[in-house]
Amino acid sequence: MADKPRIKLPKEAAKGEIIQIKTLVSHMMESGQRKDAQGKPVPRKIINKFTCEFNGKPVFSCALEPAISANPYIQFNARVDEEGTFKFAWTDDDGTVITAEEKIALKA
Amino acid sequence: MSPRHIGLAAAIMALASVATGASAQQAERKGIPAPPGHVFKTIISGYEFRSKETRTLQDDDLENPGFLAVERAADLWKTAEGSEGKSCMSCHGEAEKSMKGVGAAMPKWDDKLKKPVNLEQRINICRSEHMKAQPWAFKSQALTDMTTFVRFQSRGMPVTAKTDGPMSPWFERGKQIYYTRYGQLDLACESCHERNNGKFMRADFLSQGQTNGFPTYRLRDQRLVPLHERFEGCMFDVRAEPFKPLSDEFIALELYVAWRGIGLPVETPSVRN
Repeated sequence: MADKPRIKLPKEAAKGEIIQIKTLVSHMMESGQRKDAQGKPVPRKIINKFTCEFNGKPVFSCALEPAISANPYIQFNARVDEEGTFKFAWTDDDGTVITAEEKIALKA
Repeated sequence: MSPRHIGLAAAIMALASVATGASAQQAERKGIPAPPGHVFKTIISGYEFRSKETRTLQDDDLENPGFLAVERAADLWKTAEGSEGKSCMSCHGEAEKSMKGVGAAMPKWDDKLKKPVNLEQRINICRSEHMKAQPWAFKSQALTDMTTFVRFQSRGMPVTAKTDGPMSPWFERGKQIYYTRYGQLDLACESCHERNNGKFMRADFLSQGQTNGFPTYRLRDQRLVPLHERFEGCMFDVRAEPFKPLSDEFIALELYVAWRGIGLPVETPSVRN
């Protein structure tokens, strides 16, 4: 059962064009505020950081807090000056990192 | 009027104008004309009762969190399970082709079992009889994902419901349940969804109670919710002892409520509150 992050960005862009990138990742985002049926608090377990790099250079990153709901949707813009690969990384509280990447070409 | 009463009168006026504002919004809700002899004049999807932001979430296939389930199930569709070593794909091929229209016409009459069968039951029958695999538990992520995936192949197609022939007694039973008051709050489905749809209750706008979007991604639960779980929830909310999911009562109700939404486009996976 693959829980791949879902990413949407154009396959190609004109040099200097600003594109919109949409991402959606499957994650419970357990806030730490809930209690289970026995009354014990359910421990916090969230994605606390999201980063996006393009050809090794940082493009966008954000810190996520427990108020963010499950299956976080993150949308941002990026300027494309050359062809290359966007690399996305979601970091969980426990240290695990979910990664994904998408290539983009320049319009001829 | 004394000053105290003027303040109270002003408050009542303000509340009244908010209430009329809400029903003016209802007049703008788009729907489809109902066939002759139907309970409604215009059949309106639950989509129209949600806020602009919720509708935007449903409209974008990437933002719609229901698609996480569709992707998971797309993989499950190809996974072999059970002693026969088959996957769904082994018999059904590509779901986009073989499952098109299936989800829009549920529940369907099963000649072997001599009763109507809904999508969840159909999936489990395939698993236990043809794949010789363990049936999935109701409300499990696997069953809900697969139900969503199969119904998604009918997205945009109109809901149909066969209510004649052997389905007729089930249709009548469903209708009877719909109009029966249950629970400590003594409410029937029709109390809210037929007589008071469009009004604001429990911090939400009451819809017509249509099922064209199920399984739906409920923002409240942050996951996909199958129809019978929602039926269960509604009965729980009126403080009644709910019927069991996949019981004869809920299958009859599913058939009847499908008829109430006849012609609406399947919206699975929809996004609701």
